[in-house]
Amino acid sequence: MRYIRSFVLFWWNFIVGDDWRVAAGLAVALGLTWATHAWWLLPLAVALLLAESVVRESRSSG
Amino acid sequence: MSSNVLLFVTTFFASAVEAVEALTIVLAVGVVRGWRSTLTGVGAAAVVLGAIVAALGPALRLIPIDTLRFVVGALLLAFGLQWLRKAILRASGYKPLHDEGAAFARERDAAGSASRVAAGQFDWYSFTVAFKGVLLEGLEVTFIVVTFGSTQGRLGLAAGAAAAAVVLVTAVGVAVRGPLERVPENSLKFVVGVLLTSFGIFWAGEGAGVHWPGSDLAILGIVGFLAAVSFALTRWLHRRRVALAPAGARA
Repeated sequence: MRYIRSFVLFWWNFIVGDDWRVAAGLAVALGLTWATHAWWLLPLAVALLLAESVVRESRSSG
Repeated sequence: MSSNVLLFVTTFFASAVEAVEALTIVLAVGVVRGWRSTLTGVGAAAVVLGAIVAALGPALRLIPIDTLRFVVGALLLAFGLQWLRKAILRASGYKPLHDEGAAFARERDAAGSASRVAAGQFDWYSFTVAFKGVLLEGLEVTFIVVTFGSTQGRLGLAAGAAAAAVVLVTAVGVAVRGPLERVPENSLKFVVGVLLTSFGIFWAGEGAGVHWPGSDLAILGIVGFLAAVSFALTRWLHRRRVALAPAGARA
């Protein structure tokens, strides 16, 4: 049981990490890209998610 | 051509950063408790990591290329964004910088306070700490080597770049006989974060059916765009932190 928990935790940390909102936003952006094939969507979504995440973290820690 | 150069650079620097962290753990344990059991732990971890690359690399070639690129791109994107996010927060002063000297002192103190074994006996503490340290740091390198190598069809190049980084870091570590505090680890993580995330965007997009303007050259545009966004965010956050700091703290 302990090994299963460690395994799940490893993948959670690997994929989701400190900010689950970024991972959730990425999932939405990937789905929209799959549906529309728009090339600009993923770079723009990544830039916005990154900006929102670091600004939120800076406000909570500083 | 340009994507092969970027593949080599990304794998090399990502591996170098992880190798520096693994070296710190191995040095701290080896110096305090002896080298035989420590190096056995390093060797065992290297065998496990090599086996993962050897098993997963060919297995991933069986997956259709678009599916592979989408899954690998999505994973790289999630993974790379975490590196980049932390690098921006560190560079702008909202997170403490990673300090190899402090990490070395912590590991050395822990190794010194653990119970000792009689001379000549195998030291399981040293073996376990070295094995775990190298395996955990190496898993991220393995992930990058396998995903980059399989998606680009250049597993040998990716593995070679990782091996070159590990050999270089080990050689410098042996030469200076201490943790590599002067390696600009935080800057390297920033660069690697930009590169991993850019490749993630490119491959996930291709796998999802996107036709990039300029084909493979689009990767350079993505790297430039993401680097510009990351630098702008870092500068803005840094200025904001300085402006919000009390006058005494700014002096």
